[in-house]
Amino acid sequence: MERSEIKFWNGSIAVAEGALAAGCRFFAGYPITPASDIAEYMALRLPQEGGVFIQMEDEIASIAALIGASWGGAKAMTSTSGPGFSLMQENVGLAAITETPLVIAEVQRAGPSTGMPTLVGQGDVMQTRWGSHGDYETIVISPSSPQESFDLIIRAFNLAELYRVPVIFLTDECVAHMYERVVVPPKEEIEAVERLKPNVPPEEYMPFKPINDIAPMATAGMGYKVHVTGLTHNEKGYPMTTSPEVQEWMVRHICDKIRRNEYKMRDIEEYRMEDAEIAVVAFGIVGRSAKAAVKMARRHRIKAGLIRLKTIWPFPESYFESLADDIKKFIVAEINYGQVKLEVERSVHGKASVELLPKFGGAVHQPSEIYEKIKEVKNGN
Amino acid sequence: MEINATQHPMDKYLRADRIPHIWCPGCGLGIVLNAFLRAIDELKIDLDKLAVVSGIGCTGRIAGYINTDSYHTTHGRAIPFATGLKLANPEMKVVVISGDGDLFAIGGNHFIHAARRNIDITVIGVNNYNYGMTGGQLGPTTPLGARTTTSPYGNIEHPFNLCHVAHAAGAVYVARWTVLHAVRLKNSIKEALQKKGFSFIEVIAACPTTYGRRNKMPDALDEMRFYREHSVIKHGIDPAEANIEIGKEIIVGKFVDIEKPTFNDAVEELKRKVKKK
Repeated sequence: MERSEIKFWNGSIAVAEGALAAGCRFFAGYPITPASDIAEYMALRLPQEGGVFIQMEDEIASIAALIGASWGGAKAMTSTSGPGFSLMQENVGLAAITETPLVIAEVQRAGPSTGMPTLVGQGDVMQTRWGSHGDYETIVISPSSPQESFDLIIRAFNLAELYRVPVIFLTDECVAHMYERVVVPPKEEIEAVERLKPNVPPEEYMPFKPINDIAPMATAGMGYKVHVTGLTHNEKGYPMTTSPEVQEWMVRHICDKIRRNEYKMRDIEEYRMEDAEIAVVAFGIVGRSAKAAVKMARRHRIKAGLIRLKTIWPFPESYFESLADDIKKFIVAEINYGQVKLEVERSVHGKASVELLPKFGGAVHQPSEIYEKIKEVKNGN
Repeated sequence: MEINATQHPMDKYLRADRIPHIWCPGCGLGIVLNAFLRAIDELKIDLDKLAVVSGIGCTGRIAGYINTDSYHTTHGRAIPFATGLKLANPEMKVVVISGDGDLFAIGGNHFIHAARRNIDITVIGVNNYNYGMTGGQLGPTTPLGARTTTSPYGNIEHPFNLCHVAHAAGAVYVARWTVLHAVRLKNSIKEALQKKGFSFIEVIAACPTTYGRRNKMPDALDEMRFYREHSVIKHGIDPAEANIEIGKEIIVGKFVDIEKPTFNDAVEELKRKVKKK
């Protein structure tokens, strides 16, 4: 029996190694700060593992190549940051409508636009959910450490394969560049999910007909002669561009397969929530400041707790709704001008107050800043 | 010989349940499709190992009619999609069939970089001088002076010479035909499919509905007649000398046929070299 290995990795290496451990064998990307480290590491490692690395001419080409590679049968990933992710949006929609598994590692920097390329941000939360046109769903996962970068990118690949959906691994400049201890479990302990393949003869196969929410996926060369299109299509994959029934069925399907299974994707760290009166909601790097702030508050006998979202989308609406029966004060700390805050506010249905603690300037909240906000909310009682 | 009018020799390669197609009467795309199907028929290509990728537009619909793994992607992105597919699944023969606007305007960057890398795919670019699907707007190949819905006073832009672009970017096989040259086109497609590396065939195709009728060729036969009277076969000519101008001869033929290592071979070679035992 092999033993776990202890590594000293930054978040970027952890993402890359985690992806390889999950079975990723195709990477297409375009250089962008602060996400280039992942691409560079994949260029080094993928050929060693028998995979393919290609640096494309832009981010649009990168995600198009990913979709092609996924239909070629590979587990595929790219890495990018806000501006590159914006360029990818049309094809995020193509991946969603064609139900193509792939993973986008999005290393957030301060925006908008070119913004502050070397400094941290968390302003892309809504873009990961609403960036492409039309109705669709994605899964978005956010790590707070190199260890989680390794563990959760494996989960990201598994969810992509399981639900046939683009998964966005929403990390940030701090987590990506931070070096920490990472425990890598032995290979046989890592669970890598493979996409469901059809087991019926080609003439009976319906490439977009779900069985328990998900249709088995026949990739190129399997003999199923599948037609895949970004047009509104029926269960056979054929374009149906004027049928209201097919459009309703298809849109409901690509959304509901995620919405219905939200509780299975839910991944939340709760800290000191057992008797909390004030809940700090955070994700990514801010989760760590928030935890320190909760500890400070507890030392001062303020009943504060932390809710750290590791899965951001689909948003755990019902979790917050029931929590709001007991907790009347939420603070959402995020490095933007209010994004997850809107979701928390929507989910608590007016049963609790939700305050935003934004952060500007390309930096992470200091624990003391969050602690001061906790005190302010407490005293506003 | 008994003729069965409900059957076409190429039916076996089509998704019969998707016919009739959406193309206008007189459109050149049927000839392109037919030439392609005859090429794969004569080469006896295993349909299970053939993937056809299209972008958006009239030509973009070709993928949907061929009974093989077929992918109708986003506008301009057929080539990077095909690049990913071919790299992930090297045993597939991957063919991109798309239009001039898709491949050379919105997707122009991908074309030149795939040619530069020498990705092992075949690209058939159907050039009908305009955006047909959207109503006949000017495109990157609209000849200078031609009237389109967005050049109502005549086109004031200089067009691309697609074969020159392909050659300059590094394609190992470059040919041009019109849809009048159906058999030569088919033979060229056969050559391109057997070629290792980035092969490109430009097919000049009639579009009477949105281009011809605004440019004194309202009938498809007018365009075919024009091709017959004005096409000149010049194999091996420098593609730079094969510009397309209104009223001038259309130079067709095989312009480039060279050997060069492909990106795909380089990737496999790299894997062999550095693979962890």
